[in-house]
Amino acid sequence: MLVAALAVFLVIRSAIIPRAFGQYGHYRPGALDLVRQHPIAFAGQDTCVLCHDDEAKSRAAGKHAHVACEACHGPLAQHADDPVAHVPKLPDVATLCRRCHEQDAAKPKNFPQVATAEHSGGMACNNCHQPHNPHL
Amino acid sequence: MIPGVDGFIYPNEAELQWSILIVLYPYITGLVAGAFILASLERVFQVDAVRPTYRLALLTALAFLLVAPLPLQLHLGHPERSFEMYLTPHRSSAMAMFGFVYLWYLTVVLLVEIWLEYRAEIVALARSATGPKRWIYRALTLGSYNVSPEARRIDDKVGYAVTVIGIPSAFLLHGYVGFIFGSVKANPWWSTPLMPVVFLFSAMVSGIAAVMVLYVVSMKVRRTAIDMRCLDTIARYLFYTFVIDFSLEMLDLVHRTYESDESFRSLDFMVHTRLWVSQVILQICLGTLLPLALLAANQLWRFSEARRKVMYMIAGGMTLIGIFAMRWNVVIGGQLFSKSFLGYTSYKLQMGAREGLLSASVLMLLPFVILLILVKLLPPWREGEAHKA
Amino acid sequence: MDISRRDLFKIGGKILVLASAGATLEQITGAAPPSEAYRMAGHWWGMIVDIDLCIGCGNCVRACSKENNVPEGYFRTWVERYEIEEGKQPHVESPNGAIDGFAPLTRTDLKSFYVPKLCNQCADSPCVQVCPVGATFVSPDGVVLVDESYCLGCRYCVQACPYGCRYLHPEKQTVDKCTLCYHRITKGLTTACCENCPTGARLLVDFKNPKDPAHEILRTSMVQVLKPYMATGAKVYYKNLDGEVR
Repeated sequence: MLVAALAVFLVIRSAIIPRAFGQYGHYRPGALDLVRQHPIAFAGQDTCVLCHDDEAKSRAAGKHAHVACEACHGPLAQHADDPVAHVPKLPDVATLCRRCHEQDAAKPKNFPQVATAEHSGGMACNNCHQPHNPHL
Repeated sequence: MIPGVDGFIYPNEAELQWSILIVLYPYITGLVAGAFILASLERVFQVDAVRPTYRLALLTALAFLLVAPLPLQLHLGHPERSFEMYLTPHRSSAMAMFGFVYLWYLTVVLLVEIWLEYRAEIVALARSATGPKRWIYRALTLGSYNVSPEARRIDDKVGYAVTVIGIPSAFLLHGYVGFIFGSVKANPWWSTPLMPVVFLFSAMVSGIAAVMVLYVVSMKVRRTAIDMRCLDTIARYLFYTFVIDFSLEMLDLVHRTYESDESFRSLDFMVHTRLWVSQVILQICLGTLLPLALLAANQLWRFSEARRKVMYMIAGGMTLIGIFAMRWNVVIGGQLFSKSFLGYTSYKLQMGAREGLLSASVLMLLPFVILLILVKLLPPWREGEAHKA
Repeated sequence: MDISRRDLFKIGGKILVLASAGATLEQITGAAPPSEAYRMAGHWWGMIVDIDLCIGCGNCVRACSKENNVPEGYFRTWVERYEIEEGKQPHVESPNGAIDGFAPLTRTDLKSFYVPKLCNQCADSPCVQVCPVGATFVSPDGVVLVDESYCLGCRYCVQACPYGCRYLHPEKQTVDKCTLCYHRITKGLTTACCENCPTGARLLVDFKNPKDPAHEILRTSMVQVLKPYMATGAKVYYKNLDGEVR
């Protein structure tokens, strides 16, 4: 009876075991594609500069050369796919700039940082600094 | 500031992953393994004195085994996928063997042994019972009505073999749970080669204590005299097993304190604060030292029958609480401290949630309900033809 | 409720067949074979994090959260701030995983720095080792992934991870973790965290690419992995990491 039960089990198992399980390892190879199908939210700066040439040039000339566009502007893959339908909202300057540049003892010493309250006395950062090329 | 969190923990550590249901599972399988070992004492090791509890021990093991998968199912994010463990068990994972070990133990060991033990009564009841019960007994005979002495001799031999296989099977059923914890190198509270051994011996202690308590309660309910020779013997075996269990746990503690590795400071603080009640008060003092003292006293001095019964019942009850506390301290304790060794979180046990106190209580009561039904169906008290020792 | 052997197998078989029907449907509608343009065998992914460049802005945490729909209160990546005073235990914090950055630290009399953390994409992963069904695995290109259609939600892998990088997704009820933005890196993009790091503290590396800057960095810098004694084969290397970091 045990043998019969084992045989039944093996038949059922071969019917319902996921396709190609074990092809690359002890997992379902379909999982790789399941993960890869996840939608993309950040287009990547290489995509942004395709259209926004001027801003890219201006940035490349300054200290923000290695800061990606979406690091400040947020995820814009949808905008890249359909620029008219998805118009990005410009980020709030005060919060944005302070996140990186507020003085903090734990930040690397050579990183440009200021105590913003004293530095600008409440004035918006982009009153003086152009975000793409912030050097004065 | 997250409520319940002290110091620094990795952000994903705030919530405990393994709840009271995962405390229940090793407790229940421990009772199964322990009850079975007590039964095997008589069947394989010829300790005649405990024969009156043989059938009760088997039925207790079955009642708890039937409930064992339920806390796990309730805990899983996707219980409907649990059959995957049969399809694609990952050979490197101790948890993967659960389905197979469980099925093996339930069918080949427990059900076969109970069937063989009760066959004479089942056949007799299949012929004499009336109403729906008759059909149950007829089904249970599995078509075999041969209860001649020759057949019974074969039953006996096979039953003996099954019990012999059953002992390592019981060790595996509960030992692998200990290995599940003991092999996690990421968690210093769990990671020790002693874990499966400690789990096993505490399982034996809880199982023996459970059968002892159930035996006394059953006799009281049936207004029958308790076989004191049986009870004294069970208590003696409980004492021996407990001494080994306690020594192993003390070994772990002493070793940990002596080596005093990176994790020690954090774990020590946890035991003195968050685990003070469950570990020091419940597990060690009330759950181990008190029962050990009561049982040891009975090895050194002779007390009256009435006194012994009271002492055994207190010892048994405290033991059951203490072993539950031990499971709690391992499972919950292992998740209260941060792997950064710089902080702690707390366990928020809810009442009505899926893995809450209510579910846990129902699951803990269920085996007793099942046992009641089993005892009615297959009475452990009528020994028609006592098997050969 | 005594069940005889025969009954057990009958009942078990029925449950198996019924459950399998659902599962079969799930698997049959599963994915096509992997695309040919990206060859998994040609890559072996990891990351290099430079502690001397991290400013604790939390951009990586926010970016990851948006890219991967990370549920609130859970973290695929996070940043910790260490404050180490001589002779004392380090003080560490990670307010909400640093998703909103940190409140500025004013004390300059002690050693302080930021440490970004993520899944270490271990080559000898203990989390993969303990999965009972094969729902988490190391891909042929070195990324530790979770098959969310196969995961039982038992959370053994969460317990086994020494770095605390896994969690149970509250809605999906399966385990979730950093995927090294597998859906991006297999298309030639970099991870969301690396893309959005303003200082270049995080760098995606491909050890199989002979031109990858990783080789030069590993050859010339002092690097560590987290908890090296765990021997997990971690592939996230830290430059300039202090010994106090766990």
